[in-house]
Amino acid sequence: MKNEPLPESLDCQDICPGNDIMSKLIPGAGFHQKHLGFEWGPGDLLVYETNYKLQGPRSASSPSVHVVRRDEDICSPILRKLFNESHLIFVGLQKIKEDVPSKNKKSQFVSISKNYRSVIRACMEELQQNAVSTQEGSLASQYGDQVSILLAIELIWNLCEVLFIDAAPAGSLLLHLLDWVRLHKSDVDTRAREVLQSDSPAQHQSYWDVVISLVLQGRTDEARQVLSKQASLRAESSSVFKRMDVLLQNMPIFNPAGTQTLTEFDVKWRHWHEECDRCLQDNTFASNRHLETICKILVGDEDTLLEQRELLSTWYHFLVTRLLFTHPTIKPPDLHYYAQSSMNMFLGPRASPEPLDIILLSAFEFDLHQVIKDCSIALNNWWFVAHLTDLLDHCKLLQSHNLHFGSNLREFLVLEYASGLFTHHSLWQLAVDYFDHCPEFGRVYLELQIERVPLDTERKAIKVLRICEDRQMSEQVRSICKIMAKRALRNNRLGSALSWSIRAKDAAFATLISERFLQDYSNKGFFTDLDLLDNLGPAMLLSDRLTFLGKYREFHRLYGEKRFSEAARLLLSLMTAKIAPRSLWMTLLTDALPLLEQKEVIFSVDQTYELMSCLEELNLGTKDSNQTDQDEDIESTKTELLRLALARNLAMAIVKEGTIET
Amino acid sequence: MFVARSIAADHKDLIHDVSYDFHGRRMATCSSDQSIKVWDRGDNGEWTCTASWKTHSGSVWRVTWAHPEFGQVLASCSFDRTAIVWEEIVGESNDKQRGQSHWIKRTTLVDSRTSVTDVKFAPKHMGLMLTTCSADGVVRIYEAPDVMNLSQWSLQHEISSKLSCSCISWNPSSSRAHAPMIAVGSDDSNVTYGGKVQIYEYNEVTRKYAKAETLMTVTDAVHDIAFAPNLGRSFHVLAIATKDVRIFKLVPLRKDNSSSAPTKFEVQVLAQFDSHNSQVWRVSWNITSTLLASSGDDGCVRLWKANYMDNWKCTGVLKGNGSPVSGQPGALSGFLGSATAHSALNGCTHLVPHSVFLCMVFKSE
Repeated sequence: MKNEPLPESLDCQDICPGNDIMSKLIPGAGFHQKHLGFEWGPGDLLVYETNYKLQGPRSASSPSVHVVRRDEDICSPILRKLFNESHLIFVGLQKIKEDVPSKNKKSQFVSISKNYRSVIRACMEELQQNAVSTQEGSLASQYGDQVSILLAIELIWNLCEVLFIDAAPAGSLLLHLLDWVRLHKSDVDTRAREVLQSDSPAQHQSYWDVVISLVLQGRTDEARQVLSKQASLRAESSSVFKRMDVLLQNMPIFNPAGTQTLTEFDVKWRHWHEECDRCLQDNTFASNRHLETICKILVGDEDTLLEQRELLSTWYHFLVTRLLFTHPTIKPPDLHYYAQSSMNMFLGPRASPEPLDIILLSAFEFDLHQVIKDCSIALNNWWFVAHLTDLLDHCKLLQSHNLHFGSNLREFLVLEYASGLFTHHSLWQLAVDYFDHCPEFGRVYLELQIERVPLDTERKAIKVLRICEDRQMSEQVRSICKIMAKRALRNNRLGSALSWSIRAKDAAFATLISERFLQDYSNKGFFTDLDLLDNLGPAMLLSDRLTFLGKYREFHRLYGEKRFSEAARLLLSLMTAKIAPRSLWMTLLTDALPLLEQKEVIFSVDQTYELMSCLEELNLGTKDSNQTDQDEDIESTKTELLRLALARNLAMAIVKEGTIET
Repeated sequence: MFVARSIAADHKDLIHDVSYDFHGRRMATCSSDQSIKVWDRGDNGEWTCTASWKTHSGSVWRVTWAHPEFGQVLASCSFDRTAIVWEEIVGESNDKQRGQSHWIKRTTLVDSRTSVTDVKFAPKHMGLMLTTCSADGVVRIYEAPDVMNLSQWSLQHEISSKLSCSCISWNPSSSRAHAPMIAVGSDDSNVTYGGKVQIYEYNEVTRKYAKAETLMTVTDAVHDIAFAPNLGRSFHVLAIATKDVRIFKLVPLRKDNSSSAPTKFEVQVLAQFDSHNSQVWRVSWNITSTLLASSGDDGCVRLWKANYMDNWKCTGVLKGNGSPVSGQPGALSGFLGSATAHSALNGCTHLVPHSVFLCMVFKSE
């Protein structure tokens, strides 16, 4: 498919489901002459009015530039916690791969799945609290929306956990599905508490609703407890209540940990089912319509179950209840049949299923790809699909779906999610770990994204730099250092500029900054950034000029410490070894003056000769025609002074050396 | 998607180009009012104009930033037949206090005899190089040999494409396997002149740019062109704005090393969309080239995305609307049924004071 152009007509049909929605949304837009210009930013898109045809009337109004953000979830302070905590779980999951024998992995995967879900739940609770406490209506409804999305996410995740990750066999499967329904239909507990805590529970208007709801969720013990409130009141019908109590008590529940086989359980369950059926045939509960209803539920009467639509509230609750009372030993492959028919029965022929229904149905059909695909479409947020798909992939549940350049579905989704994180000013750091675990394109994406992280401060630059260094991204390292060096130089912070260009190993730039240091020195007469200059070490060798700068500063240090002969030797070697640029020789020779003027002889006879030849070489070479008369005057005065000093020193040195020899 | 904020650009005429700097902290706008404005984003997300100056003696078509390794440098091109390089200098302290910065003209490139229609810096690994193209059909490549001295630019190459040029795009690949490559689009509307996209490649031996390919299937006027980031792949992806949006894949064919002939390519069309109904004026990739945006005569900006099966689809539409609308932010919504989905699609957060308001449909796959 990849090599052929897509059929044009199909594309347009396919891609624009939004067309009719759009025309609904924008009544009489009418800017047909106008165009929208745009510009991509790291996390947003700039959009502005323009006219590419350059014909027709120009607008007199002052144009605006609009900043359009793609993903607002990234900015939510509460979801931030979701991103942060799920990042830790994600990183933990990636490590499992190596160090656990495969047979132990399943329980680990289930517990990781539970961790993810508990993070979602925590987040949901916080959003819920905020929704309640906020004064602002629009904000409250925004929180409310997010809660319902997270609820749906958790619902889907939990079902995937039951069906795919835990992959419970017949028997246990239904128990897990019951837990799933109970968890997501928890208002029963609230109502039960309300009824039980009222003055006369049996008279409470929700009394029977609570009993039936508990039965529908297979919570027979709790149902019996609530029923007993009524039984104790009605002595006349206590035998009927007693009968129901026994039925509920005897309802067999499969115990996966026990010794009972599934067949034994099935026999026992059938026996109980027949007993319930007999009660119905005998009109045992004819005197109490509520008990009669319960009994019909127990035998799995579909019409009766459907009458409880309000209490069930969703087709998947209906499905699980229906299975509980008709097929408690349902096998995974048979689920899809019951799921489809339950949905049809519950929603009726006219209602069309919503995206969530379709997703759950696909899950019941064990169609993983469809679940992920539909979730990606329905959700504008990559968090869920990326993490779920990653987990499912670790469970080896995804056949790899190749991208044209060889990546798989998991990587595609993780890359999308991580790219989204990168648009956030601090969450981008989480994204690095996600990219690290995308073997195919993670590195390239990271390279492209990380160099765009604004280097607001030195601290941030160092943080970014470390990430690049750890991954041997030498080009990014170089570029970041270069940017920082350039910026420091612009702001006249020479020390910082020099240390960044040393880090960048940028010889040309280091030369340039060294020049600026020397220029600065000759203007001010002292060096700045001594800490840096005194500790250059081997970095000094990056460029000749930098070497000179380092050595020259060393000379000043020696001089300052009154280590004159060492200083003198160094100064001379800077010229004779051609480390010092010719343009600075005069400065260096001038620096020699105070050493020549010392009481004791510092430059030996040979050294003095060498100094003299440097001075003469300089005078021969540099007859700069651009020099003004005044400059020339100064230069010649300097030369004269030096000659004098050198001659005097030579005399003293000869005397001294002669004296020592004798 | 939602409109986070709107900035009154305060240009006296049409804006022709808006350009983000490398880190997305600054932007430059240029206009028919002959001026350029530079905007800086504060920590609170607010944009403030820190410089505004008259630049050219004609409409300014494009403005673009150099990589920050070269400092704070802009280039602009204009109807006045010139391209100009600007550099920001650290101003005097009272300028800083007023939040104003100083941009000075480093050089004016006057080689073109007609309107300069596009200006682009070459990828940074090639050094500091600037490319212009003009209505007379010439592509010019300049180089600043000393990156510390931006007033010296030398004209390194002149490529004559023989057709009026509207746009240029450098292949960003820094791989040694790929020679420097530039694509040139022509807005000449005479279909009999043949292919309107030409691809030139640098030849190490001759030290010249030579034509490697002409996309013969693109015969209508081309208004914009954009290479996608390479992502370490062996092939190149090129988006073209013509009477529709087209995405091409250029697969270099193996050539023997001794030959100095330019690389030949196998050209494939990855996708083609005519949903803008008529002319498409701009195409551009996001950082990782997972999204392509296009702008067309239908007044919309459309976003295109390839899914994991390499199917390209429209994932978003931005459209101007005459009247301000307010609505719910709805990125997370659109999930629990069509009613919610519809309100979510109307995802607009703020009342926008100016004439354009954006509503959009967004789906992701």
